[in-house]
Amino acid sequence: MLDYFQRLGERSLSMLERLGRGTIFFLKVLMAIPSVLIRPRLVISQLHSVGVLSFSLIVIAGLFVGMVLALQGFYTLSDFGAEGMLGVMVAASLIRELGPVVAGLLFAGRAGSALTAEIGLMKATEQLSGMEMMAVDPMARVIAPRFLAGLISMPLLASLFTAVGVLGGHLIGVGLLGIDEGGYWSQIQAKIDFHEDVMNGLIKSIVFGWVITWIAVFEGYDAIPTSDGVSRATTRTVVHSAFAVLLLDFILTALMFGDI
Amino acid sequence: MIFDGLNMDIQRGKVTAIMGPSGTGKTTLLKVIGGQLKPHKGTVEVDGQAIHQLRNKELYQLRKKMGMLFQSGALLTDLSVFENVAFPLREHTKLSESMIRYLVLMKLHAVGLRGACELMPSELSGGMARRVALARAIALDPMMIMYDEPFTGQDPISMGVLVQLIRLLNDALGLTSIVVTHDVREACEIADYVYLISAGKVVEHGTPKQLEDSSSEWSQQFMKGKADGPVPFHYAANDYIEDLIG
Repeated sequence: MLDYFQRLGERSLSMLERLGRGTIFFLKVLMAIPSVLIRPRLVISQLHSVGVLSFSLIVIAGLFVGMVLALQGFYTLSDFGAEGMLGVMVAASLIRELGPVVAGLLFAGRAGSALTAEIGLMKATEQLSGMEMMAVDPMARVIAPRFLAGLISMPLLASLFTAVGVLGGHLIGVGLLGIDEGGYWSQIQAKIDFHEDVMNGLIKSIVFGWVITWIAVFEGYDAIPTSDGVSRATTRTVVHSAFAVLLLDFILTALMFGDI
Repeated sequence: MIFDGLNMDIQRGKVTAIMGPSGTGKTTLLKVIGGQLKPHKGTVEVDGQAIHQLRNKELYQLRKKMGMLFQSGALLTDLSVFENVAFPLREHTKLSESMIRYLVLMKLHAVGLRGACELMPSELSGGMARRVALARAIALDPMMIMYDEPFTGQDPISMGVLVQLIRLLNDALGLTSIVVTHDVREACEIADYVYLISAGKVVEHGTPKQLEDSSSEWSQQFMKGKADGPVPFHYAANDYIEDLIG
């Protein structure tokens, strides 16, 4: 029994210590950001690998999620004779929840894991140490550009996911199920509020982008420099990011829409 | 504890070899000298500056005068050979593109790899990668270079080339070289002075000739590659018979 509490205490302390290291790491990244802003080419090249290369995954996933939402929504709404509200249902679900959350989970799997693996391998092959010895700060040259690229990419990808999802819903609702096209768009226009829905969705995606990229770059930088260590760090990035996104989504939803 | 009472003087302009069995902390020592690791006690002075009392900015300034050749080469895998050598120049100077090109080609020519400038690190052999890393280490014309196990895993030709290059560059560029290695023959061939370390202490030091002639058991074991001696063949364990019959 005593052993159990000892192990529990040990794990809690190690988690706290890791959280502390992660926070210090984040502050160092923040301090390195000004030096990156004067060299935007570093961020642009990372925007390509973090953002552009996630493009096809986000578009395809967004399209299918929108199509499935329309199919499922139609059969539920038609029970109440409210098929005309399909557009609003699809758009609100995507803008408020599914866009930021699903895009966040996909972003963590696609870009977050790649960031961790890349930084972890750079550490394992002494590239980061090599930079330090060349008097180049890896925080400014490697970590901060990737962090900024993640932070910028995620809201754009989530918006893209939402937009394509709404189009997917239109494809099924109007094209397949015969809902009136004008009604589909005008209901969205009438019911979706820019501040309440669009801005809150955008804020969510910015927060998710921040937490996912922070976890990804920290895990890579903190990885044990072996193949096993990098592999574990990559897994941790995906798992921790997923938990963080879902937890933060609950908190943000409660704050934004829950009248708390 | 890795080092205890370690005391060394690295002479300017000379090639100093630091030798010792694997796991004695030779690479750690280089990291301490380069300011990547901080000792709990003691001081390391480079060019008259106590490296662990420097502020981050001052440390980075000093590092511009220090080159380091990592065991793996530590080339940036997303950049070509040319860009790897150009990397420190682009980061620390405002030289024109044509001047960077001249300098990079000169450094690559010095290590015999001017023709490989368009290749990517993944297309290089281990020996070539180390030579490119060496060209990169001398890109900013440092005052000293630290070599971490430069001969490990090299074929005899690559090894010969590296041995020759280390000596040649040291003399031609007026460098101070620290070579961490356990390759006795190669180290003795190029070093002006040798430190033998074990268990966190300097156990012998002198010119290669002095160490070869030394009667100390430690020097004899290491220089002649004897399996048993002050560094025991058997890892510390319980009594053999007791372990066998329980």
